[in-house]
Amino acid sequence: MKRRDFLKSMTAVAAGSVLSAPAVWSPAKAQARKETLLLVTENGPNNLDIHGVGTNRPGYEASWNCYDRLLSHAKKTLPDGSASYDRDKLTPELAEDWTTGDMSATFKLRKDATFHDGTPVTAKDVKWSFDRAVTVGGFPTVQMKAGSLEKPEQFVVDDDHTFRIDFLRKDRLTMPDLAVIVPGIYNSALIKKNASEKDPWGLEYTKSNSAGSGAYRVASWKPGVEVVYERFENWKGGPLPKLKRIVWRTIPSAGNRRALMERGDADVSFDLPAKDFAELRSEGKVNVVSTPIGNGIYYLGMNVKNPPFDNEKLRQAVAYAVPYQKIMDAAMFKLAKPMFGAASNQAQSLEWPQPHGYDTDLNKAKALMAEAGFGEGIDTTLSFDLGQGVVSEPIAILIQENLKQIGINATINKVPGANWRSEMAKKSLPMMVNFFSGWLDYPEYFFFWCYHGQNAIFNTMSYVDPDMTAMIDGARKAAGEGDWKTYDKDVKGFVTKAFNEVPRIPLFQPYLNVALQKNIGGYCYWFHRQLDYRSLSKA
Amino acid sequence: MLQTIGRRLLTVIPTLIGVIVVTFLLTRVLPGDPAVYFAGPAATPQSIEEIRKKLGFDRPLPEQFVYYVSDLAKGNLGNSLSTGQSVVEEVATRLPASAELTLFGLFVAMVIAVPLGILAAVKQGSIIDHACRVIATLGVSLPVFFTGLLLVYVFYFLLGWAPAPIGRLDIFYSTPDRVTGFYLIDSLLAGDVETFRAALAQLILPVVTLAIFSIAPIARMTRAAMLSALSSEFVRTARASGLSPYRVVITYAFRNAMLPVITTFGMVFSFLLGANVLVEKVFAWPGIGSYAVEALIASDYAPVQGFVLTMAILYVMLNLAIDLLYGVIDPRVRLEG
Amino acid sequence: MNQAVSPEKVAPAAEIAAAAIAAATVQAETKAASPAPQPSIFHHARYVIGENPVTGLAFAIFLLIVICAVFGPWIVPYDPLASNEATLAPPSAIHWFGTDQLGRDILSRVIVATRLDLAIAVASVALVFLLGGVSGVAAGFFGGWIDRLVGRLADTIMAFPLFVLAMGIVAALGNSVTNIVLATAIINFPLYARVARAEANTRRNAGYVLAARLSGNTEMRILLAQILPNVMPIMVVQMSLTMGYAILNAAGLSFIGLGVRPPTAEWGIMVAEGAAFMVSGEWWIAFFPGAALVLAVFCFNLLGDGLRDIVDPQRRT
Repeated sequence: MKRRDFLKSMTAVAAGSVLSAPAVWSPAKAQARKETLLLVTENGPNNLDIHGVGTNRPGYEASWNCYDRLLSHAKKTLPDGSASYDRDKLTPELAEDWTTGDMSATFKLRKDATFHDGTPVTAKDVKWSFDRAVTVGGFPTVQMKAGSLEKPEQFVVDDDHTFRIDFLRKDRLTMPDLAVIVPGIYNSALIKKNASEKDPWGLEYTKSNSAGSGAYRVASWKPGVEVVYERFENWKGGPLPKLKRIVWRTIPSAGNRRALMERGDADVSFDLPAKDFAELRSEGKVNVVSTPIGNGIYYLGMNVKNPPFDNEKLRQAVAYAVPYQKIMDAAMFKLAKPMFGAASNQAQSLEWPQPHGYDTDLNKAKALMAEAGFGEGIDTTLSFDLGQGVVSEPIAILIQENLKQIGINATINKVPGANWRSEMAKKSLPMMVNFFSGWLDYPEYFFFWCYHGQNAIFNTMSYVDPDMTAMIDGARKAAGEGDWKTYDKDVKGFVTKAFNEVPRIPLFQPYLNVALQKNIGGYCYWFHRQLDYRSLSKA
Repeated sequence: MLQTIGRRLLTVIPTLIGVIVVTFLLTRVLPGDPAVYFAGPAATPQSIEEIRKKLGFDRPLPEQFVYYVSDLAKGNLGNSLSTGQSVVEEVATRLPASAELTLFGLFVAMVIAVPLGILAAVKQGSIIDHACRVIATLGVSLPVFFTGLLLVYVFYFLLGWAPAPIGRLDIFYSTPDRVTGFYLIDSLLAGDVETFRAALAQLILPVVTLAIFSIAPIARMTRAAMLSALSSEFVRTARASGLSPYRVVITYAFRNAMLPVITTFGMVFSFLLGANVLVEKVFAWPGIGSYAVEALIASDYAPVQGFVLTMAILYVMLNLAIDLLYGVIDPRVRLEG
Repeated sequence: MNQAVSPEKVAPAAEIAAAAIAAATVQAETKAASPAPQPSIFHHARYVIGENPVTGLAFAIFLLIVICAVFGPWIVPYDPLASNEATLAPPSAIHWFGTDQLGRDILSRVIVATRLDLAIAVASVALVFLLGGVSGVAAGFFGGWIDRLVGRLADTIMAFPLFVLAMGIVAALGNSVTNIVLATAIINFPLYARVARAEANTRRNAGYVLAARLSGNTEMRILLAQILPNVMPIMVVQMSLTMGYAILNAAGLSFIGLGVRPPTAEWGIMVAEGAAFMVSGEWWIAFFPGAALVLAVFCFNLLGDGLRDIVDPQRRT
C-alpha cells in the first residue's frame, strides 16, 4: 500500500473517533433502576452450587436464594429494631408440615411447589438431593454430618409428597441442620439429564445453572464480573419477593464500593472495612445495620502441639499481653462485642460466646513469661489470611507491638488465600489471628469444631484433650436426650477449661455490617452471613 | 514479506518453549496447595487427597508437564479452578477488554505526547522544553494505582462528573453483540449509540490514568527523534529552500522521526498490557490483568499459564506487526530488507 | 609516457604530512611541558547543572533523600512503629503529616521509609547491574555461545508481562524485601544486558583494546579493566532510571498485597493502605507518602537525564 494512502486513512480514523467523543454522559434509565437492586461486593461466586468443589462464600449466597429447603427459620426482632432469623423457631418452606418421632421425622411436602422449569417438586427430588449432599464429599458432606445426617439409607421416600428421615442417633442439631444452605432441593430430573458417567451428580451443570425451586434464578453469570438474578414468579416457598431483578457486581476496591454507596449508585454493600461502616452510620446518608455474628469469635490462636506454645503459662502470658481495648477501638471501631475482661475464667452462663477473664496487664504477662521459663524472650511468627486483611492486619500489628514489650518477637506473615487453607490444614502456624463462626448457634457445636479431639481443620491449635472431648460429647448427647442438668455441667465445664488453658484467646465477637440505601427495606440477618434477597424491598 | 514472517516465527519458537517451561515451573513452585483450597472449608485429609487425585496433582511433575503440553497442542488451556470456566474462553472474553483500554489509553497519550515532543524539540532548551520534560516525568513518577484512585476520588466522588467505576458498562446497558469484543466498535456496528456513549463514559477515567503514565516515554522518544531529524541535512536544505516552518517540521522532519516513535508505541503497549493489572483492580475492569492476579493469589495454575502464554504470543505478533509497519512507513527499510 | 604521480603533487603531500607530524610533536611537547589544567569532570558537571536548572533541582532533592535515609531514625519526632489513641488525626502542629489508622505519626514513618526505599532502589540496581551488566558485557565482548545464551535468557524474560512476572516471583518466594529486590532485578535484566552488550560490542575492537591484547593481557582482564569502566557511564544513566522504577514496582506489589510486611514503613505500602482512606476524607494518609514517593522517583528520573548530559551529551533526549 502506498505510504501516503496509509497515513491518510490513519488520520481519517483518528479524526472520526475524536468527533464522536463529545456526547458522553446520558442519564441512567430511571425506571429500570427502581425495580432492580444493585449489590456490590469484593468477590463474586466461583460456583452457583454449594455442593460444588471449592465453592466460595459468595457461591453460598447464590445457592441460598435459588434453592429451597424443607424448613427455614422464622424471623424475630432484635433489641435495636433490626430483623434476624430466629434460631429456635423453624417454619415450613417446601415442607408444609412435619412430625418428629423418637428416631425419625416425617415431612409433608407442599403439593403446589414447582421447580424453575415447571416440573413439580416431589419426595424423590428431596431424597436425591439429600443423597447428593452426603455423597459429594468436601464441605457439604461434613456439614450434613454435623447434624447426624450421614447415610443415604436415612432418607426414605414414603410417597410422592411424604419424605422421612431416620435418625442414626438422637441429635438436637438434626432439625436445624435441615435449614442450612447445604440440604437444598435440586431438580433431579433436569440434573440427571445433564449428568455423565464421570459426573453422576451433575456438578458441572449446577455450577453455572440454577436447577432449583427457589425464589430467584440466575439469569446470567459472568464470573468475576456480575451475577444477574430474576424472580421466579411461581415461587411457593413463601410470599413472593418484591424485587424483580437483582444485579450483583464485583468491585475489588473497597474505596470505590464506599463511594458508590455514598453517591447512591449502589443499593447494598456488605464487606466494607469497619471504619467505613462507622462513618457511614454517623454521616447518616445510608442505613447501616450491625448484627453480632452468632457463634462467631475472632481469636488469637496458638499451636499447642509444638513448642513453645505447648507451655500453658506462656499462653496465659500472651493472653495478658493482648491490647484488647486498643483492638476494639482502632481495628474494629467499636463495631464488635468484647470477649475479654470478665470477672474470672469461670463460665457464668450457657451463653456462647461469652467473655473470658483475661485483660491487658503487661506486668502479669511478664511475670508469667518468667514463670514459664521464657524470661529471655522468644521469636515466632504471627500469621493471618490476606483475604481477611482489612480486619486482621491492624489486629496483628497491635498484638505484635505488645508482645514485643514482654519479650516475644513476632514477625508478621500475610498469607494469601489459597495458601491459608493449606497452612491451616498442615497445622504448622505457631500463632495466628483468625475467625470462626458456626452456622448452628449452639456452644457444643462451636466446641465440636474447635476444641474436640477429632482435630478438625478448624481446630487450628491442634488441641486434643480427652477431658475436653468427653465434655463436648457429653453435652451433645445430653442435648439430644433433653438432659439439661448434664448439659449445663458439661457446657460450663468445657468453657471454663478452654479459658483456663487458653489455646486460643477470644478477642471479640464481630458484627456483620450491611450498608443499605435508605429506601431499601426488609433486611434480615441470617446465620450464614449472606444476603437473603427474598425479604428485601425498594421504595 | 512472507519469508520475513516465516523466518521471524522460527526464531521465536525457542523463546516460546522457554516461556512455557518457566511458567509451568513457576506455578508449581507457588506456595499453597490448590487441592486444599478446593477441598473447601472443613476439609479432612481424605477429601484433600480425593481432590488432589481428581485434579491430577498427585502425578509426578514431568508427567504433569507432558499432559500440559499435549493439551496445549490441542488448543486446550485447561480450566480455571476458581471460576470453573475454560481458560481459552475467559482469555478470549477478557483480552479485548484490556486491549480496548490499552489501545485507547495509548491513543490519548499519543495525541498529547507527540505534539508535546515535537514542540519541545523545535523549541529546544527553552522554558517549554523544560516544562515538557517536567510534566512528562511527573506523569511517569506517580504510581499508576494512586493516580487512578485519585481520579476516582476527585472526578466521581467529589465532582460527580465521571460515572461510577463499576466496570465496562453500567448495569442497565446490555453488552453489544460480540464481533470484536471491543464495546466501542461493537456498539457502533450494532447502531446502538446509547451503549456506545455508556461504554465511552466508563472508559474515560481508566484511559486517562493509563495515558498519564504513558506520556513520558512517548514524548521523550518523539523529542529525541525530532531533534536528530531536525539537525539532519535534508531539513537544513528544506529550510534553506524557504519552505514554511510547518512543512519543514511536520512534512519533512516528523515523517522521518516517526520510526523510533512507533517502536516506542509497541514497547509501551506491551508493557501496559501487563501493567494493566493495577488499573483493572482500581476500576473493576474485567480484563486479563485482573484475571491473572486473582488466579495467582489463588494458586490457580491454568489461568496464570494461559495468561503468560497469551501475552508472549501477543508480544511476538506485536513486534512482527511493527516491523511490517516500518516497511510501510519507510520504503528504505522495505527495499533494503 | 605518463607519470602516475607528478612531482609537483607529491611535494605538497609530503609537506602536509611533515606539517602534521610537526604539529603533533608540538602538541605533545606542550602537553608534557606545561601543566595547564584540563577541564575536570567536576567542572564539566557544574557546567551542565548550571545550564539546566532542572537537573540542579534533581541533585538537590537527591541530597535531601540521602540525608533522610542516613539520619532518618535520629531526626524523627516520634517512633514510627508506636501506635497510640490519636488515630486518624489530620495534619496539625504536633503531627505535621497527621497520624494513620493506628495512631502512628506519618511524618516519622515517611522519613524512616526513605531508608528502606532507597535501600530497595540501590540494591535492585546493584544486583541488576551485576547480573545484567556483566553478562551483557561478556556477551558483547566474547560473542559466540555466551552471546546466544544471554540473548535467549533476555528474550525469554522479555516475553513475560514484566509486572506479572515480578508478582509471580514474589508470590513463589515469599514477600520479603530480598525477594522484591530479586524480582525487580530479574525483570530489568534484559534491558541491562542489551545495553551492556551493545556498548561492549562497539568497543570490542577499539584501539586500546587491541593494544591491551597485544601487551599480553588476558581476555578477562581486558573485560574487567578496559571494557567495563568504559561502559559504566552509560549504565549509570540507566541505573538512575531503574532506581525510580524499583520503588514504583515495590509500591505496585504492595497494592496487590505482595509488598513488604507490616509494620515496616515503606512508601509504597503506606500509599496502598492509605488509598482506602481517601474516600472517607483522610487524604493525608496516602498523600504524604505518595508525595515523597513521587518526589523520589521524579528526582531519580531527572537525575538520569542530567547524568546522561554529563556523561554523553550526544545522546540527549
